[in-house]
Amino acid sequence: MTDDLLSRLLGPADPELGCDACFDELDRYVEVELAGGDADAAVPGMRPHLAGCPACAEEHESLRDLVTSQK
Amino acid sequence: MTAHPDVTDDRDSEAWLAALRADGLERDRAIARLHALLLRAARFEVARRRGAPHLREADLDDLAVQSADDALVAVLAKLDDFRGDSRFTTWAYKFALLEAAVKLRRRAWHARELPTAPSDWPETAAGSAAAASDDAARRELLATIRDAIAEELTSHQREVLVAVALNDVPIDVLSERMGTTRGALYKTLHDARRKLRRALGGELP
Repeated sequence: MTDDLLSRLLGPADPELGCDACFDELDRYVEVELAGGDADAAVPGMRPHLAGCPACAEEHESLRDLVTSQK
Repeated sequence: MTAHPDVTDDRDSEAWLAALRADGLERDRAIARLHALLLRAARFEVARRRGAPHLREADLDDLAVQSADDALVAVLAKLDDFRGDSRFTTWAYKFALLEAAVKLRRRAWHARELPTAPSDWPETAAGSAAAASDDAARRELLATIRDAIAEELTSHQREVLVAVALNDVPIDVLSERMGTTRGALYKTLHDARRKLRRALGGELP
């Protein structure tokens, strides 16, 4: 509980993208991720942003699951 | 859609672009196929939230159709921005998912007052977590954060932090109420978090 509270208050320690850049890169990030590539190297700053932004994290999860379901 | 072992090898994407840039019947048919694809994505998002509090079942399919309509407009307007870094379908899906997610979050928070005041700090949750812990350092950390929220943040930063980080208000719901953009609001949240981290200095776990 306390660790979750701290993480929500303090956000990610590493440099992160903003929401607009996250949306721009989301499709590429998901495809590299699903192809088994190094998505975090392909789109630096995405992983910390997804950890710090619940709305973007939801959209990432939805796109990843939708693309997976279409395969 | 077929499986795609190589994300850069996508003749299907070129076919989509050519058809959407064509004239007459070919373009009309491509737009109809695109709308169907976007509607599938919007319904996928709606299905994930089915049963969530504050959402009426009867409204959900209308919401999916409206999301697909709005996503279609966005995709057609941004067609020249498609760089081919992913499949066209993956790129298009994200617009429908975004439209549906934003509408669902706004619907869920419709007519509800947003908790943004300092008094909305979750006293009970934080207090009980701290009290339940024998860890004096952790209790001190929470007290330092509480002081930094009160003393270091601007009132706007405090409102955003309290709403988004402490009370789970979706950032796009808050941005709509505050008349700003999601990107601008996340920057505010980011700056507030930096200030808290700076205030904590060596106390960070």
